[in-house]
Amino acid sequence: MRKFLSTKGRSLALIGVLLPLLGLFVYVALRSGPLAPVPVTVATVAEQAIAPALFGIGTVEARYTYKIGPTIAGRVKSVAVQVGDHVQAGQVLGEMDPVDLDDRIGALAAAQMRARANVLAAEAQLEDGAARRRYAETQAQRYEKLLEARSISVEAAEAKRQERQIAEAGYQAMRANLDAARQELLRSRAERAGLIRQRANLDLLAPVAGLVSVRAADPGTTVVAGQAVVEVIDPASVWINVRFDQLRAAGLKAGLTAQVVPRSLAEQSLAGRVSRVEPVADAVTEESLAKVVFDVLPEPLPPVGELAEVTVALPALPVRPVVGNASVRRLGNQIGVWVVTADALAFRPVKLGASDLDGRVQVLEGLKAGERVVVYSQRALAAGSRFKVVDSLPGVAP
Amino acid sequence: MISLAGRDILHAWGKFVFTGIGLGLLIGVTLTMAGVYRGMVDDARVLLDNSGADLWVVQQDTLGPYAESSSLYDDTWRRILGMDGVARAANITYLTMQVRRVAGQDPRDVRAMVVGVVPGGPGEPGQPGYLVAGRQITRGHYEAVADMASGFALGDRIRIRRNEYRVVGLSRRMVSSGGDPMVFIPLKDAQEAQFFKDNDAIVRQRARTAANPALNRPEVLQAVLASQSVNPFVNAVLVQIKPGFDPEAVAEPIRRWQRLTVYTRAQMEEILVAKLIATSARQIGMFLVILAIVSAAIVAFIIYTLTLGKIREIAVLKLIGTRNRTIAAMILQQALGLGLIGFVVGKVAATFWAPIFPKYVLLEPGDAARGFAAVMVICVLASVLAIRAALEVDPAEAIGG
Repeated sequence: MRKFLSTKGRSLALIGVLLPLLGLFVYVALRSGPLAPVPVTVATVAEQAIAPALFGIGTVEARYTYKIGPTIAGRVKSVAVQVGDHVQAGQVLGEMDPVDLDDRIGALAAAQMRARANVLAAEAQLEDGAARRRYAETQAQRYEKLLEARSISVEAAEAKRQERQIAEAGYQAMRANLDAARQELLRSRAERAGLIRQRANLDLLAPVAGLVSVRAADPGTTVVAGQAVVEVIDPASVWINVRFDQLRAAGLKAGLTAQVVPRSLAEQSLAGRVSRVEPVADAVTEESLAKVVFDVLPEPLPPVGELAEVTVALPALPVRPVVGNASVRRLGNQIGVWVVTADALAFRPVKLGASDLDGRVQVLEGLKAGERVVVYSQRALAAGSRFKVVDSLPGVAP
Repeated sequence: MISLAGRDILHAWGKFVFTGIGLGLLIGVTLTMAGVYRGMVDDARVLLDNSGADLWVVQQDTLGPYAESSSLYDDTWRRILGMDGVARAANITYLTMQVRRVAGQDPRDVRAMVVGVVPGGPGEPGQPGYLVAGRQITRGHYEAVADMASGFALGDRIRIRRNEYRVVGLSRRMVSSGGDPMVFIPLKDAQEAQFFKDNDAIVRQRARTAANPALNRPEVLQAVLASQSVNPFVNAVLVQIKPGFDPEAVAEPIRRWQRLTVYTRAQMEEILVAKLIATSARQIGMFLVILAIVSAAIVAFIIYTLTLGKIREIAVLKLIGTRNRTIAAMILQQALGLGLIGFVVGKVAATFWAPIFPKYVLLEPGDAARGFAAVMVICVLASVLAIRAALEVDPAEAIGG
């Protein structure tokens, strides 16, 4: 009897070990591998209005950049400003080397004086010529009378007549001489004025009030005509040249509000708005371009060329069924969602509309509010997959 | 009729069960090793599955994009889209690198495969097919979907080369052929990460260019510098074909007219499994074979010694006239029982410790079935040896010595 009990006890112990082991095995066989149900999380489709937004990156640029340089090739004599200086309209920023221009202006001043003296000389000569003409005239008239009285010979009268003509011609020549001297004076005066203008053109002047952004050449540098020595930007005109991926640029237009995050300011966002959308897009990068201006210019100004992230808010769309983009799957050639009904899982092709940056997508056709769709799944789903609805997937923090 | 084997097991059930569990742990190791091997192969396959592609278009005469490097101009996909039978085509870049978490509780870096995808609609080739948390990428820059295996969490900020990215979604089983977790980022950022040099290199390149008198002229220099910092390359174009088309029939015209190399799914699998992971898989395979042989030997010896330990009892049985068949059945049943316990313990153990492995361990039911059959066969063979020893025992030993 005692032996029987002990046998029974041993049997129980053995069963006590083996049964849980068997149970564990069955559990393992059913809960792992292909037989295991796929844990999924579900969400109820809600009717929501979504406010789509566009995201692009751009660089800070100045709308107006003034490149100031000489109009003729030459050497830079001085540059009066440094990068970062604020300048006023008309301020002298630098000067080109005049080389011999000053000497030529001096030479022309002397030439002008000489021309003036020439005019005086010509005027005096004209006086002299006029006196000679008057004398020859009276002589000639007197001899004419004497000839009428036959007190002189015809030859003597002829000689006086000729003298008068010579005096007349001499007078005319002197007058012409005076005109020429006067014109010469005018010419040299104009020439000097021109050179003085050219001299003034060697000064590099600021066309507007602004900020010096580039000092491209230092004194002594030779620059060609048109090459910039100093660049001035208008700080009030700083804006952002934003690039939007063309796939996601629908609805971009002037006047929309925007949030700008310059790279240096990281999490700090500045308000702005779209000033214009460029009519020409970038064909190589496949991006649409737009200019975004700040509502209030930040102080200090972000450097020109700095990268900025721009989020443009689009007007809110009408209320429609909305799902998260993680719900949207592709099965074969169709895009759709997995709809959970009671105990069954069915793939429903849908037509999608607009989406926002938080990943919410409008469903135009195929889904009604209140239906339950799969959001996340542990594995790819197939028709007829066993599934289990859970709050959050194993291994993922809720 | 009472079971002789059952009575014997009950007689020393503790010894029997613990031997079985020890055996089971050994079988568990063997099953796990098979799982490691299957996991390696599965990593390679899952890479192909996840890319969602039917065809891979790569640089001419390369085994890209996984086994060799390959680079194509990023407008190649348009030409491919025009080919007959092509439903969808998408650019993709792959770059294996260390990805560093910059904001989060513990900054650490993870070896990951950074995948540049066109942030298009769901189901486009290259996109993660399903997520376990968060959402898909919506912005064209600076967002990332990371694989769970990377250890990153939603909202973490990670650094890939020049830029920081915010983790907005988590995927599962999105790994490279080496088992590294994937991190999906927008294509333009990925191109920059892969082809754009670091700042020092750019500055030196500028200096080198400026030092060249032929290039250092006003206006010319700027244009040359600008052209040096473009990166219009991708690693491959993934192609999905229209239903009803034969992949090879779509691939051939692309090879012929676009002068590019195209791989079909079967060819790609051949490249990955037979070329890329061939040696490491063979290494594991070799180890698996040795482990299986050693396990078989140990199982056989255990059963043999277990029987030899009972040799006195068997002699008594023979003395009282028990038939040889009964004794043989007892030994065989015990051996099979031991094998069964061992297999169950092994399977359970392998299933529980498999997820702890850093790389994927795939326990296939087929392997388990094969393992079960092998264990049973080994047990039978081992018990044959033991039965021989038992039947040869002299009944006189029961009373002698």
